[in-house]
Amino acid sequence: MKKIINQVEAVVDEALTGLVRTFPQYLIRIPQSRVLARAYPKPEGRVGLVSGGGSGHEPAHGGYVGYGMLDAAVAGEVFTSPTPDQIVEGIKAADRGAGVLLVVKNYTGDIMNFDIARELAESAGITCAQVVVNDDVAVEDSLFTTGRRGIAGTIFVHKIAGALAEQGASLKEVQAVAEEVIAHVRSMGFALTSCTVPAAGQPTFALADDELEMGIGIHGEPGIARQPMLSARQLADALLKRIAADLGLHAGQHVAALINGLGASPLLELSILAGEVAHWLDQAGVVLDVMWTGEFMTSLEMAGASVTLLPLDDRRRALLLAACDTPALRQGLRHD
Amino acid sequence: MTNREFASLWLCFKRSVADSREYLNALDAAIGDADHGTNLQRGLDKVAAERAAWGELTLDASCQRIAMTLLSTVGGASGALWGSGLLKSAAVLPNALWCDEATVAAAIGRFVGSVAERGKAVIGDKTMLDVFLPALHELEAGLARGQPFSQVVRQIAADAGNWARDTAALQAKRGRAAYLGPRSVGHIDPGAWSSALWWRCLADSAGGGS
Repeated sequence: MKKIINQVEAVVDEALTGLVRTFPQYLIRIPQSRVLARAYPKPEGRVGLVSGGGSGHEPAHGGYVGYGMLDAAVAGEVFTSPTPDQIVEGIKAADRGAGVLLVVKNYTGDIMNFDIARELAESAGITCAQVVVNDDVAVEDSLFTTGRRGIAGTIFVHKIAGALAEQGASLKEVQAVAEEVIAHVRSMGFALTSCTVPAAGQPTFALADDELEMGIGIHGEPGIARQPMLSARQLADALLKRIAADLGLHAGQHVAALINGLGASPLLELSILAGEVAHWLDQAGVVLDVMWTGEFMTSLEMAGASVTLLPLDDRRRALLLAACDTPALRQGLRHD
Repeated sequence: MTNREFASLWLCFKRSVADSREYLNALDAAIGDADHGTNLQRGLDKVAAERAAWGELTLDASCQRIAMTLLSTVGGASGALWGSGLLKSAAVLPNALWCDEATVAAAIGRFVGSVAERGKAVIGDKTMLDVFLPALHELEAGLARGQPFSQVVRQIAADAGNWARDTAALQAKRGRAAYLGPRSVGHIDPGAWSSALWWRCLADSAGGGS
């Protein structure tokens, strides 16, 4: 294992220190915690947004703390849900007296720890609501299992719910728009290499030079199938076929797309994938209103990418294009 | 069970998990994210470091301390399940330095109930319950038959490894391994394995006392 670290045990702590030093105009760290909060909190009476999860997905979630997106982000150990006491600190930091929305990705550990935290925060008098993102179409959606994972589609939830909260909407309204995004957003990814969890010291799995893992999650957990390597065009087709079928996507629909690198795939390759996704959607008669390409929700140094589609209506489009100013996502006002 | 036996149970569990850390991580790498041993060890190291504080505490208080420590240091599903489960156990343990064996069984029963409820899991889902449920059943049945506690837990400790190994045949329904679907078959569940370690420590710590 070769990593730019000091001690394995200090990885998360030291990364948070570095982030706050890099972005003092955006972020503060709540003392004695792993919570990043806005350096300039939103006004009283606005709904707060808290997200969090294991570390190793940078810039998620601390990179999205700022105007128009999150109010606080809680970092767990690498690929491990944060603990309830830390989440409660995040909720307190985000509370501006109008309630706090928790955006949780659908993983057993995250759900349990956020549940416990919510119970604690509510007993301390902070009104909370929670939404669970489950956008990964690679995983079968079944009531009898854990259900689908939450992956990069979470970024669209942060953006759209965060924009509405910034406008002064109520907790119910912010929760409703987050749930609306979750109901529509779909993603799927693939890995070309594994990643190495610092504490484990070796790659989580092995892939041959000519193999890829389809339907990968964001924790190095195995995907749904191992198969021979594909071209960028074939990859876009494989992912979009599955996403489109799940969405019932049809010609004339407007969508936003997120092309998300998993940590080690260069922007050059992600751009090729973006071009293929756009081309595929053009061929299908789907209108691509917005596309973001880059690293939004990574899996340490995994090579590979995920593609997310979100069908848009006028309101979702306006909220997606609303201004935001965070370390990882800065967007000016769009002048139509 | 005395508070000293309770303390030695957790110190034993800390040593067992430390000794098995790489194995637990390797089991987790096959069907999860390779950190089950690391996460449990982080929490149990903290528990051991705080040992001086809870060594002379009553059973309910020391169980509560351990619960809060695991809840705030382990993270993931394991931290939530062990932590919130032990909080339920602490509620039935007495404000005393000793309790009878029926109370130990009741405390474990509360723990198992909490894990099942919080994890929404049942037997056969390839989780820690695939060790804890049959173990609890054996404990209750053995005590009902009038067998000595030490004998019952020693038998459970002997069986627990097999129950954990038997999870290899199961397809995961809960937790991160569930995403693998049929590909989760053929691998032992790491949470079941660490649970078997806990039962061995219970047998070592309390198994000789009665």
